[in-house]
Amino acid sequence: MDTNLVMYQEEFDRITQVLNRLRVDASAKIVFLVDKNGQQIAGAGEIDQVDTTSLASLTAGNVAATDGLAKLIGEKEFSILFHEGRKDNIHISIVGQRLILVVIFDERSSLGLVRLRVRKASAELERILQLMESKAREVGESEQASPFAEITDEDIDALFSE
Amino acid sequence: MSFINYAAREINVKIVYYGPGLGGKTTNLQHIYERSNPKQKGKLISLATETDRTLFFDFLPLDLGSVRGFKTRFHLYTVPGQVFYDASRKLILKGVDGVVFVADSQEVRMDANVESMRNLEVNLTENGYDLKEIPYALQLNKRDLPTAVPVEEMYRVLNFKGEPTFEAVATEGRGVFETLKAVAKQVLYELRRR
Repeated sequence: MDTNLVMYQEEFDRITQVLNRLRVDASAKIVFLVDKNGQQIAGAGEIDQVDTTSLASLTAGNVAATDGLAKLIGEKEFSILFHEGRKDNIHISIVGQRLILVVIFDERSSLGLVRLRVRKASAELERILQLMESKAREVGESEQASPFAEITDEDIDALFSE
Repeated sequence: MSFINYAAREINVKIVYYGPGLGGKTTNLQHIYERSNPKQKGKLISLATETDRTLFFDFLPLDLGSVRGFKTRFHLYTVPGQVFYDASRKLILKGVDGVVFVADSQEVRMDANVESMRNLEVNLTENGYDLKEIPYALQLNKRDLPTAVPVEEMYRVLNFKGEPTFEAVATEGRGVFETLKAVAKQVLYELRRR
């Protein structure tokens, strides 16, 4: 099984920086990053205009289904998915086998430009992801693994008090 | 596989509702959606066929409040119950933190319950999990139906590790939150253990 994904402020800032730059470079409306299980990690652009939680979960479902299709025909993966709409388009790509980079853009950009910029940003994101994974492993081996190590039964009960 | 985000101070966990077709998995989520505070819940997404059979999954994000300064966000998913959607079921179990098995109490569905539970075990194993280890709750749904099998018998057939078991009538909301709480608690305990 993969290690749990743990994100600290430092990596979050670096990821957000990469996404912001990608959004500008690709002239995109929204750029965001989710993990393959549908958890949203970070975003840039007009993210308050959309329901990002749903977007994240559906993107992950979409990628999972496409992965399934790939395996059925003997492909390792389809690393890029592209959905073309009348106004907006969605470009989805896999980063480092466990993250999904989503770029939403309209006529102010083009598929070619997005693809080009995504490639560059992906390499950077992959480096950050590796860092996160090695950090998670280190922390996992140390004592103070999770912030939940000290939660009490009362804390948990309190969540369900209503 | 939970995702701990120190930057946003939140923890995301994934709960999957599993069980035979037409057993009430989607109804569980619908009830949770209807009865939750609007501030706590996101949109309920159902990828269903025109006849309201789940085609891929239902999804409901739910904020349960904070523990030690961390927001707890539960992502609830259902799987399509119909046997031939097995490939989709397997995908949805990826990254799961806890499972609710929704069993159909009707006598004619007992075989389907058993088959679905075996299928759950196989699909968990293929995703690298063990049904005996994972946070898990059993729900005996449709207790209001006249053909419902006695609870003791269902317990004997379906309960395999003394997991928390709840009688439910999901259409009326009976037992729905109790089941969710039971599995959510186990997930949080699991986080503490790690």
